[in-house]
Amino acid sequence: MSEIIKMVEAEYSEKRAGIPAFKSGDTINVHVKIREGNKERIQQFQGTVIQRKNPNTNGETFTVRKVSNSVGVERIFPLLSPNIEKIEVIRRGVVRRARLYYLKGKSGKAARIKEDKR
Amino acid sequence: MSGIIGKKIGMTSIYSADGTSVPCTVVEAGPCVVTQVKTVETDGYVAVQLAYGDAKEKNAPKALLGHLKKAGTTAKRKLVEFKDFANAVNLGDTITVADVFKEGEFVDAVGTSKGKGFQGVVKRHGFSGVGGQTHGQHNRQRHPGSVGASSFPSRVFPGTRMAGRTGGDRVTIQNLKVIRVIPEQNLILISGSVPGAKNSLVILQK
Repeated sequence: MSEIIKMVEAEYSEKRAGIPAFKSGDTINVHVKIREGNKERIQQFQGTVIQRKNPNTNGETFTVRKVSNSVGVERIFPLLSPNIEKIEVIRRGVVRRARLYYLKGKSGKAARIKEDKR
Repeated sequence: MSGIIGKKIGMTSIYSADGTSVPCTVVEAGPCVVTQVKTVETDGYVAVQLAYGDAKEKNAPKALLGHLKKAGTTAKRKLVEFKDFANAVNLGDTITVADVFKEGEFVDAVGTSKGKGFQGVVKRHGFSGVGGQTHGQHNRQRHPGSVGASSFPSRVFPGTRMAGRTGGDRVTIQNLKVIRVIPEQNLILISGSVPGAKNSLVILQK
């Protein structure tokens, strides 16, 4: 990547440094700002990270999957979006691939991820 | 029409205040030197000629060097004339991106699109091709089909869209929003894409 592009993207480096490290398989809690008319509130979305896309660019996103009332829900967040208030890492998982698409077809006990206890 | 000459650097994205990600092109615009000021008295119309980018002196024509010498500058890569330039300028002035553009303005970007070589009608003119591979379809999925009628008119009309050299044309994209101006590095961030490859010349005008 061009040095000039890196310099332009450097304005988000402070925000990036404030985000905890997480990877696929981790369980995270995302605090998202929701605007309803003039009111602003925080909504939490807790689930498993199934992928991180376009790493180290301004357009980096991650996908969080959770099972709500036995319906799988996936949400894609832009990592550096001003609407993301906070990201908490709840649990670290051991997985052997970067994209956990296989979780989509599994439910219950089969969809478990082993915890990383290190 | 005010404007400036620049070089395309590449693309990135910037988040707006409401959280939308805006894709934008980074253009290194200017600094440009005013190499000629045309007036009604001398030239019959009003215009400003700007020069951008350093070139090797040994590769520049002597006539051009003489012309640039009047403005007190060295060999340049590109000279462009802008009619009815909004700023009042004198010969030899340096124009920077912040003099011409502000954040939130809409600009037109002119560049030379990437050359694609000899391409068929599907890529070149957006024909849809045949659309299916079954029902007796043989091997003409991306062909143009008929180019005209038979014994009348017994010829193909001029201008019928066919395969050929694609890209490498001068392309103007209108009404691109200026997302950010960074005067220290002579950079301007424009919403959306701009014609041409990286490091190619771009003319920005409004």
